[in-house]
Amino acid sequence: MKFSNIMASGGEWLRGEGPHHQIVVSSRVRLARNLRQHPFPGWAKRAARSQILELIKPRVEELPEMQDSFSELLQDLSALEKQVLVERHLISREHAAKSVGSAVVMNRRQTLSIMVNEEDHLRMQSIRSGLQLKGAFKLVDKVDSTLEGKLDFAYDPKLGYLTACPTNVGTGMRASAMLHLPGLVLSEMINQVIQAVNKIGLAVRGLYGEGTEAMGNLFQISNQTTLGEKEDEIIGRLSKVIETIIEKEHDARQVLMQKKSNTLWDQIGRAYGVLTFAHAMTSKEALNLLSIIKLGVDLGAFPEDRRLPIDELFIDTQPAHLQKSSQQKLNAEERDELRAQIIRDRLRVFPKPDISKVARESENNVTSEPPKNE
Amino acid sequence: MLCDVCKCNDATVFLTQILEGKMQKVNLCDACSKEKGVQDPTGFALADLLLGIGAAEEIEKGAPTQKCVICGFTQADFKKSGRLGCSACYVTFAEGLGSLLKAMHKGTEHVGKLPQRAHREIELSDRMRSLTENLQKAVADENYETAASLRDQIKQLEMELAS
Repeated sequence: MKFSNIMASGGEWLRGEGPHHQIVVSSRVRLARNLRQHPFPGWAKRAARSQILELIKPRVEELPEMQDSFSELLQDLSALEKQVLVERHLISREHAAKSVGSAVVMNRRQTLSIMVNEEDHLRMQSIRSGLQLKGAFKLVDKVDSTLEGKLDFAYDPKLGYLTACPTNVGTGMRASAMLHLPGLVLSEMINQVIQAVNKIGLAVRGLYGEGTEAMGNLFQISNQTTLGEKEDEIIGRLSKVIETIIEKEHDARQVLMQKKSNTLWDQIGRAYGVLTFAHAMTSKEALNLLSIIKLGVDLGAFPEDRRLPIDELFIDTQPAHLQKSSQQKLNAEERDELRAQIIRDRLRVFPKPDISKVARESENNVTSEPPKNE
Repeated sequence: MLCDVCKCNDATVFLTQILEGKMQKVNLCDACSKEKGVQDPTGFALADLLLGIGAAEEIEKGAPTQKCVICGFTQADFKKSGRLGCSACYVTFAEGLGSLLKAMHKGTEHVGKLPQRAHREIELSDRMRSLTENLQKAVADENYETAASLRDQIKQLEMELAS
């Protein structure tokens, strides 16, 4: 499979069909594994890294899950291509900085991606649409079980899987979900939620993981600890917390519609106006405004069939995607111009927000089903 | 100065507290200080936090010249990067890592998945331990017939383990 195939198809999780997909954009589970007797990638010399890569890569490529896969050495990918993969969460930012001695292998559906010689020898990740942490774990777990028969993974009976960073030792598992929480942000309750989540040993991060800013009202929530708890217990605990946050987000939206409907309507109208008429737009502004339009779709201010074009814009307006699709390197000013143009073009066929629909939705929701059953 | 927790970012929050008559210092970056709840005095348990960081320093103080025989990684390297050199480092630096892991994680022992072959290895080493214990007991009791039989079983098990 070529890189152009990746660009052409959005990847399964981008289509947003999983459970709770209005609020949970995607679920990811990654496992870290290392080979016994070999130095970890960060400490290994170049020759040792290449040797490790030669041991691992063929075993990964021959996995039944990796038929017709995209497999590339990091030194053979351009900086822009690496960035595209980062924007799709198929490789980490750390991995994008790697070159000789590292590789990435991913399946056609873009639901499984395996990084070789990132911080650990193997980082296997499954990504699914909506809240599907169990499903995501099932896939990487299966891949891990196949690979352990062919590769000598480092483990200790007491400490579990041994990883380069002691924070990952044990299960080597990080499970995370990307949540879209405009209701909690608009009602200024998000910090309370983040603090509560932190206190029970889970981490909340921005769009691209550790140390990144929260943009577009998107938050990643993940397990912080990996030792002393079984994989399914970690996933169960995380899923429960996420379900609670989903409920809180629905509650916040209800309250906004009942008590601050004018503010809400104003936000949606402004977002629509700026996106439809602006001629220059940074990716941060685009994400923040698109988030409000996405909220508008959730609330019924825009027809449901407009959801996909908006979800696609979240990815297509990211800097590397913009440059890759226009097939040229652009400076920041040119990017902002092109971004605004793409958004204007796609919103041209977009109907105006329908306030009467929002009001009706709000009444319906109050009288009929409680939001948590959505 | 790097953050004591993540070892990636520059430290911007400097904490000093007297705990049980000992002065403890912690340097944190913005993100870690938020994560650890340092900016929220009510939710901040300095003792928990220090347990881990104190341990990191312990590793350094304990034997600063200690070096992993497999990969040549030293404690100074760990202090710098917060990452270990190879899987054998977990044995080399086991002492200091113990309390670090205790502070970092929910438990100190892995209870999740292990490779299939691990279960056989664990079973064999458990059997070895019980045979050795029985052998010592038999020798102490001067029960030489049993001791001889146990010794033979141990030899056979050693061969199995080697394969």
